[in-house]
Amino acid sequence: MSWITKTLTSTIGRKIIMSVTGLFLCTFLVVHLVGNLQLFKHDHGAAFNIYSHFMGTNPIIRTIEWGLVLGFGFHIYEAFALTSRNKSARGAQGYVSNHAEQNSEWTSRNMGILGTIILIFLLIHLYNFFWRARFGSLDPDINNNDDLYSLVVSSFKQWWYVVLYVAAQISLGYHLWHGFRSGFQTLGLNHRKYTPIIKYAGYVFAVVVSAAFASMPLYFFLFTNEKGELAANAPTLIHAVASAF
Amino acid sequence: MAGSNPNAKPMNLTLNVWRQPNRHTQGKIVEYKVKDISPEMSFLEMLDVLNEDLLRAGQDPVAFDHDCREGICGSCDLFINGRSHGPEKGTTTCQLHMRKFSDGDTITIEPWRATAFPVNKDLSVDRSAFDRIIQAGGYISVNTGGVPDGNEIPVPKDLADRAFEAATCIACGACVAACKNASAMLFVSAKVSQLSLLPQGQPERKTRVENMVAQMDKEGFGACSNIGSCAAECPVGISLENIAILNREFLTAKATSNNLA
Ligand code: HEM
Ligand code: FES
Repeated sequence: MSWITKTLTSTIGRKIIMSVTGLFLCTFLVVHLVGNLQLFKHDHGAAFNIYSHFMGTNPIIRTIEWGLVLGFGFHIYEAFALTSRNKSARGAQGYVSNHAEQNSEWTSRNMGILGTIILIFLLIHLYNFFWRARFGSLDPDINNNDDLYSLVVSSFKQWWYVVLYVAAQISLGYHLWHGFRSGFQTLGLNHRKYTPIIKYAGYVFAVVVSAAFASMPLYFFLFTNEKGELAANAPTLIHAVASAF
Repeated sequence: MAGSNPNAKPMNLTLNVWRQPNRHTQGKIVEYKVKDISPEMSFLEMLDVLNEDLLRAGQDPVAFDHDCREGICGSCDLFINGRSHGPEKGTTTCQLHMRKFSDGDTITIEPWRATAFPVNKDLSVDRSAFDRIIQAGGYISVNTGGVPDGNEIPVPKDLADRAFEAATCIACGACVAACKNASAMLFVSAKVSQLSLLPQGQPERKTRVENMVAQMDKEGFGACSNIGSCAAECPVGISLENIAILNREFLTAKATSNNLA
């Protein structure tokens, strides 16, 4: 093995890959979220469909997409590699009595479970939207773009789909609650001036990102009709917020 | 007992103790009763009472590690009621007192659990993996010759303090025991940051971290998930900042050392 592979397969090296890919995925989340906010526009999906057409065809985006595939690939691969190594480090005989809840946070000890829920969600999510948009045939919208918007709205009218999305976003929120700050620590970015800021920025990031993603299926399920139009009898608060888009 | 408190009521306790004849035989929890335990005893003295009872009854006493009994040597590696060194913060087992428990309590006592720390017998574990990690690089070379002047090498107070804090690690292994991944990162990081913060540690700075991490991995310890159980259970309060220092020392060394292996 060369020094490079030795470095990257050491415990610290694997964690560095985990952290770099994890923080990269955080930037992806921001882009994905901001783009998807167009679902809330009251234009029957015209802007959203233009955006998704752009994301699916622009050569620069399509190149970066490979980076995203690699980012997810390495993050998930290292998740399994590290988890299995860490399990065998404890050994076959575990503790009869172990009160880890008295010395650490639940989220930090359950990143693997949270990640696996995200992974299952991801596969279903990709199949339903990405796969069909890229390789399936969708009806055209008024601008003759593929009408991904209608597929989103009809998907979010199914209760089990909404439950899946909300559960996945809760898992993502917890994953990031620990993961955001953990990623910086893994890279050695710990300083008494900045670490408290990173910690709270991570909490805000985790809550805002997961809540904003979860708001999309909930909005369509609870407050719109089959076409994605805001129902007249939706609460005034929702009308007030929706009018901002 | 000299200076003992006459109001301290003796306690009767149930102990669930891990018994294992040797490294290669499966162990199990065995229940024992101990009577008239003074709240002023240390936890180890309570185990001494149990062992005297066992000896009187012609049974094999419980093997457990201990030496200084004053929180310095780090030998007393007991996992008590699901916590390294028991429920009290910032103490070793020998510094844990029975007044932290109440009459009638059931206490579960297990050895450290890590593949790299095999059980010798009962509660006694082999922590020589730590020695091998230190041998791999946790030292500085001091050349022979005249004694250097004490103030010849300037060390800023701030760095001296941080290095000293890291140097207080007593290698007890509570971090490994508490960690979900049985990771030795807090232990290794304490030594790496202690020596890399000081001028005396500079000559071996890169080889040290490379070799210590390689040995840590070879011994079979897990990776760090930044959970923080280790620092929470550390009897001397080694902080997680040291692990960040270890990560960046490792990355810098790997990226810039002349070692191609
Ligand atoms: C958008 C999706 C995701 C994001 C933004 C994300 C982000 C992160 C971040 C920032 C970390 C902290 C890295 C560190 O501790 O240095 C992390 C850790 C982790 N992630 Fe993810 N992750 C995502 C998806 C996944 C998936 C799909 C899986 C699993 C199969 C997964 C499994 C893990 C595990 C197990 C850890 C902890 C590793 C350890 O510390 O031992 N993650 N993630
Ligand atoms: S016996 Fe030495 S630290 Fe407890």
